[in-house]
Amino acid sequence: MKHYDAVVIGGGSAGLSAAVTLKKQGIENIIVLEKDGETGGILQQCIHNGFGLQTFKEQLSGPAYAERFIDQAAEAGVEVLTDTMVTHIGADKTIEYVNSTEGYAKIQADAIILAVGCYERSRGAVEIPGERPTGIYTAGQAQRYLNIDGYLVGKKVFILGSGDIGLIMARRMTLEGAKVYGVAELMPYSNGLPRNIKQCLEDFGIPLYLSHTVTHIYGHDRLERIEVSAVDEKRKPVPGTEMYFDVDTLLLSVGLIPENHLADEIGVVMNPRTRGPVVDENYMTSVEGIFACGNGLHVHDLVDFVTMEAARAAEGAARWLKNGSSAGRVIRTEAGSNVSYIVPGLLHTDAMPGNVEFFFRVTRPLDAGEIIVRSGEKVLRTLKKKKLMPSEMERVLLTKQQLTGLEDNLTIEVKETE
Amino acid sequence: MYDLVIIGAGITGTMLARKLSAFKLKAVLIDRENDIANEATMANSAIVHTGYDPEEGTLKGLLNVRGARQYEQICRDLHCGYKLTGAYVAACGEEEEKVQDELAERAEKRGIAYEWLSGDEARTHEPNLSKHVTRVLSFPETAVVYPWEVAIACAEVAVNNGTELRLNETVCAIDRTDSGWCVKTDKGEYETKIVINAAGVAADKIYGMVGDHPSFTMTPKKGEYFVIDNDVHYTDHIIYPVPTAKGKGVLAVPTVYGNTLLGPNSERVEDPDERGCTFAGLDYVRENLVKIMRNPPFNKTIRNFAGLRPSSSCSDFIIEEAPDAENFINVASIESPGLASAPAVADYVIEELLKDKLTWDKNPDARMDREAPVVMAKLSEEEKKAKIAENPLYGKIICRCEQISEGEIVDCIRRTCGARSVKGVKKRVRPGMGRCQGGFCEPRVLNILARELNCSPLDVVLDSPASRILEKENR
Ligand SMILES: Cc1cc2nc3c(=O)[nH]c(=O)nc-3n(C[C@H](O)[C@H](O)[C@H](O)COP(=O)(O)OP(=O)(O)OC[C@H]3O[C@@H](n4cnc5c(N)ncnc54)[C@H](O)[C@@H]3O)c2cc1C
Ligand SMILES: Cc1cc2nc3c(=O)[nH]c(=O)nc-3n(C[C@H](O)[C@H](O)[C@H](O)COP(=O)(O)OP(=O)(O)OC[C@H]3O[C@@H](n4cnc5c(N)ncnc54)[C@H](O)[C@@H]3O)c2cc1C
Repeated sequence: MKHYDAVVIGGGSAGLSAAVTLKKQGIENIIVLEKDGETGGILQQCIHNGFGLQTFKEQLSGPAYAERFIDQAAEAGVEVLTDTMVTHIGADKTIEYVNSTEGYAKIQADAIILAVGCYERSRGAVEIPGERPTGIYTAGQAQRYLNIDGYLVGKKVFILGSGDIGLIMARRMTLEGAKVYGVAELMPYSNGLPRNIKQCLEDFGIPLYLSHTVTHIYGHDRLERIEVSAVDEKRKPVPGTEMYFDVDTLLLSVGLIPENHLADEIGVVMNPRTRGPVVDENYMTSVEGIFACGNGLHVHDLVDFVTMEAARAAEGAARWLKNGSSAGRVIRTEAGSNVSYIVPGLLHTDAMPGNVEFFFRVTRPLDAGEIIVRSGEKVLRTLKKKKLMPSEMERVLLTKQQLTGLEDNLTIEVKETE
Repeated sequence: MYDLVIIGAGITGTMLARKLSAFKLKAVLIDRENDIANEATMANSAIVHTGYDPEEGTLKGLLNVRGARQYEQICRDLHCGYKLTGAYVAACGEEEEKVQDELAERAEKRGIAYEWLSGDEARTHEPNLSKHVTRVLSFPETAVVYPWEVAIACAEVAVNNGTELRLNETVCAIDRTDSGWCVKTDKGEYETKIVINAAGVAADKIYGMVGDHPSFTMTPKKGEYFVIDNDVHYTDHIIYPVPTAKGKGVLAVPTVYGNTLLGPNSERVEDPDERGCTFAGLDYVRENLVKIMRNPPFNKTIRNFAGLRPSSSCSDFIIEEAPDAENFINVASIESPGLASAPAVADYVIEELLKDKLTWDKNPDARMDREAPVVMAKLSEEEKKAKIAENPLYGKIICRCEQISEGEIVDCIRRTCGARSVKGVKKRVRPGMGRCQGGFCEPRVLNILARELNCSPLDVVLDSPASRILEKENR
């Protein structure tokens, strides 16, 4: 069986960044396994601008951003296998994959980095009554048809869910000559980035119906009409508020879910909020030597953070390969009031490798808030911030000194302020 | 001149067509849908009931028991999934236990195996059984199949043996002729000696084309379901409440491919075209399942669906030569257990109704089995390697949820009765059945269909000929 020091599963922005960083760390014997025909992942279908402001200080399209990392990986001499799907990971860190040239093959890894991305919630997960004609797509599916295959899926469009892909598709389809009648969002606030609401909806006069959902689908062969209703505080449709739109296309942009099949199979402990693995400060999961990053860990809104996070996971993996596991006390991070989750979830406070940046999201929009980080009663850091949105990931940095030796679980809460 | 025209390519029509194809008969199977098994046979609980439920003296009782006993062999011959799950009928309290006693009595009479378990014993096997369940009547021989897979395989065998198949043809009129009947569709005419009406919810309409006063009317009842992701292991057995006058109740069913079905309700609908789910129906399922089950995994739903039971004004199956139309045979009102009964329904039609009407020379070239499709997931590592070496497309995974290769998709398009639509591919080899519901693989399946059918991607359909997926080329 072929042996690698580290195997990266997934060649999207996370996987490429992790691979490049591993090489920088002196871990030479590595491979990236990617199931698609090319690397770059989801970026390849995001042809709009808006990638890389933080990393490269310029606005790139998705494929252009991907290209930079594909080039870096090539320069660093990273071995990449495309059209190669990982089907199984064993507890002994053997990896089974399948492709057209080798058939089913098995390799042995010392460390594994999961960079497997996420998938879109489908209509099934949303439960919309009515018929099941053609004309209903997830936003990412429609995006792929348009940007990769070169086909428009419909002319009269409505969008359910205000996730970023849906917003971007609203603009894109409008520019391609389709009419977008509106976007319905179940929650009283949008799930998309404010800049996307502005640039993709408001600039085109597309209405956003907050606290609304699609309550019925009509059409036997092709979608003909949808019913949209307002919802109450319990998110139940309110009778009498029905509106009808005669559309041939309904795009769903109702959430992304980390792809956690492989991790699940080997019994990696999951966070029910992120639906990705629980990791420590080294981005190691509950299974020794298996690391996770990118959208497969928790869903990101900006690629720059994916790149950064993956680099840290690779550094963690490199450290583990050189020094073995972190010993000593382990504390947990806990989401306090107004916080939905925190990554990382565990900290070895006797063996902090360096500063740690915590990623988290708020549970609801807050005009202004104070971010408070504490361990037990001890306040470690406070930070005032305006405009906190669930759609935008928040970050807070704690230094190695602040974290070293902590005994009580670390809580992050956000207090609403005036 | 045909010997037989069979209207309806659901499980009833296809099972009959397969059995008839063992003989030298000229038969045509007609369906208005774009694929085999697109109606009741596509949307049901998929259970091969053993036959303890129907009342004594009914056709349902007789044919269910006989049909169920043939399934395992049929599925082996056709290389279709068959999973012997066993079933629990769960009673909560004394009143319901009395109903169980009646079922056990019927099972005893019909030679159907059963066992008794206390609530606690049953819970050690099925931890998600509600604590309110006091006693369980277990039927170890109950199984599940993939109903449309069986129907498609039956049609394939029949067509390979010479039966003609006409999809996308709606029967609009049936005229009497000197030698029998002329069946008229929107696309053609078929002179035939005998007509078999296996048209499911539309059986009364078809009968209405020949009889002046059809003796029954269809009264379809909708059943709605949740499909749960196959990463949830909810039950090993099929779990039923005790049946009531309204039917078998809301069940938990482990399917052949590891998903769980939760449902159905039973709601009379006026319009047989009304096939969608409703909030009320799904709520009914949610509220009733918890009477016998705990921890229902509704949050792991990957889709909902609804089916129409071809129920009629008659409570039993109607399998007879129409009293007012010679050589016109109704196989109607085939509601549950129509799937389980289908093999015996076919035997009954042949033995009791057709025996004296036709000559029964064996078709010497007929084969009742079909060639096994390549299913990569079932092969050993060595076999997989060999297959991929032979055809690299078997190494290209298209559906990541169910791990289906391009080779398997191509096969299902190319074989007899092959897929012609995205849904057709999904019915045959499952891409799109998993948690992403085709979000990832549908564009890829669409391109494979276009290539294999030698058409533009714009002409690839989801299901019916009018259900094109793409609107136009983007410049
Ligand atoms: C539609 C959309 C719009 C966005 N817009 C912006 C924006 O405007 N600006 C911005 O900065 N960010 C944006 N983002 C966010 C950012 O680009 C993504 O979060 C980031 O690219 C995710 O990278 P990833 O590597 O984690 O996942 P992916 O790019 O999805 O990569 C995962 C890779 O793993 C592979 N894989 C999965 N399972 C296996 C397996 N079993 N075997 C082998 N390979 C496997 C997949 O094929 C895929 O290539 C957007 C995201 C999306 C989805
Ligand atoms: C919710 C539900 C749950 C069920 N659960 C079970 C179960 O667990 N076990 C079990 O044994 N049974 C079950 N059943 C019953 C079983 O599904 C049916 O008995 C069986 O599928 C009926 O098959 P069929 O071929 O008679 O009808 P169908 O599959 O409906 O086939 C009839 C065909 O006729 C065609 N047709 C109609 N009109 C025309 C026309 N004018 N021209 C051409 N073609 C026409 C239709 O297109 C259709 O394909 C259930 C049914 C439902 C709805």
